[in-house]
Amino acid sequence: MMDADALHFGAGAYWQCLAGIIRREALRWLHQRGRFISALVRPLVWLVIFAAGFHFVLGVSISPPYRTYIPYEVYIAPGLAGMIQLFNGMQSSLSMVYDREMGSMRTLMVSPFPRWFLLICKLLAGVAVSIVQVYIFLAIAWFWDIKPPITGYIAVFPALVLSGLMLGALGLVLSSFIRQLENFAGVMNFVIFPMFFTSAALYPLWRVQQASLPIYWLSEFNPFTHAVELIRFALYDSFNPVSALVVCGYLVLFMGAAIIGYDPGRGLLARRGGGGE
Amino acid sequence: MAALSVSALSYSFGPRVVLRDVSFTVRPGDFTVLLGLNGAGKTTLFSLITRLYSARTGEISVFGHDVDRAPRLALARLGVVFQQPTLDLDLTVEQNLFYHASLHGFSPARARPRILEELTRIGLADRRGDRVRALSGGQKRRVELARALVHSPSLLLLDEPTVGLDMESRQFLLQHVRDLCRAGIGVLWATHLIDEAGEDSRVIVLHHGNILADAPASELAAPPATLKDRFDALTRKAA
Repeated sequence: MMDADALHFGAGAYWQCLAGIIRREALRWLHQRGRFISALVRPLVWLVIFAAGFHFVLGVSISPPYRTYIPYEVYIAPGLAGMIQLFNGMQSSLSMVYDREMGSMRTLMVSPFPRWFLLICKLLAGVAVSIVQVYIFLAIAWFWDIKPPITGYIAVFPALVLSGLMLGALGLVLSSFIRQLENFAGVMNFVIFPMFFTSAALYPLWRVQQASLPIYWLSEFNPFTHAVELIRFALYDSFNPVSALVVCGYLVLFMGAAIIGYDPGRGLLARRGGGGE
Repeated sequence: MAALSVSALSYSFGPRVVLRDVSFTVRPGDFTVLLGLNGAGKTTLFSLITRLYSARTGEISVFGHDVDRAPRLALARLGVVFQQPTLDLDLTVEQNLFYHASLHGFSPARARPRILEELTRIGLADRRGDRVRALSGGQKRRVELARALVHSPSLLLLDEPTVGLDMESRQFLLQHVRDLCRAGIGVLWATHLIDEAGEDSRVIVLHHGNILADAPASELAAPPATLKDRFDALTRKAA
């Protein structure tokens, strides 16, 4: 038997825990073929079909970070990279709720590591998987003439980490507080689609401003808008400080709420227990 | 020192009192059966011990470590088999166990011999590369038990571990856990199946959140009465 009093969790043990959680998330993603394929096909469908259809309808004038006129496909590519992270963030966090009635979460939560650390590990694991997906998407998109500068592929990495963390943290908040979101269709209708369509992913905000002022302001406050703009600027070797700050702000807010939500006795666990024995 | 000590524990979901002034201990090497019908409060009690909910009133400690004040030390000595299946069906047996070991800070090199040892003890070492989906219900349960033991806990909690299993798998699980007790591990085994409490076990009868009895099985089932007679009498009286 282990002498727990002698047990000490050094940095090595924390690293093993993080590595184990990331390994599991990656294996699950690879094993669940449907999830793997749909994660890749979804943005490509948008790029190949949707963007092609709107190619001649929507021209995008010169606006930062672009230095020339760009075709519509080029405009929406960063938005689709963000979309991958949005889906992934919701999916990996909410999987804790509907995967076999929280079984996997119970396993995670009885680990002796601090709960905030476990939540951050879970979040980082989801982000790691989403970043791999984004790079696969960008590699395929290259053949559709989405060719940002080579340095942009490196510069976008920290932007993807930040946006992935923020969207994953949002998923954690939803999974801890909202009881009704027990199937992915509900999340699609009430979270993913509204966030995606009221963002700068499909059309620049100045166009939205011309069409409807309330929707413009909604888009300005939409965290997803700033995640997409952060990715867009980074991919073209620029930095958007406002978006970076807004994404950081939302990340702190969502993470704080998630830690409260997963505190024993409060949030999800206590309320869910109401239905139990 | 008690492996598990629960004292004056009460818990409510809103106005509904689920546990009322519950106190008991499990000593190292004890096979303690928590006997109660569905809805008795067994799963809530397990959720409080494992910190899935926090204790509102009362105290819970594992080998002297309060689960609220020193959760890390308490949880590190605890192995749990939950009522619901919690294995990843798409991962292999070994991958599931490595994941669990990492949640206790084990490196793959440190976990590997422990995993092999536990899988050998449950007779599934040769299935370690198979996906969990390919295993039978009884085999999955055995893997869950092996997983709970990978980090060498000193206290084992099992919540209705034999539900849905055939007779052979039930016997295997019971025998294996009794052997663990002989090796010094304290066990709390929650069930509604009276015949799982052997003569050498201690029985705690939980009914509507109250403890109605806490005594050795042999004492509760004094002939000619059986344990079932005694359980029926106690729960009828409480109702």
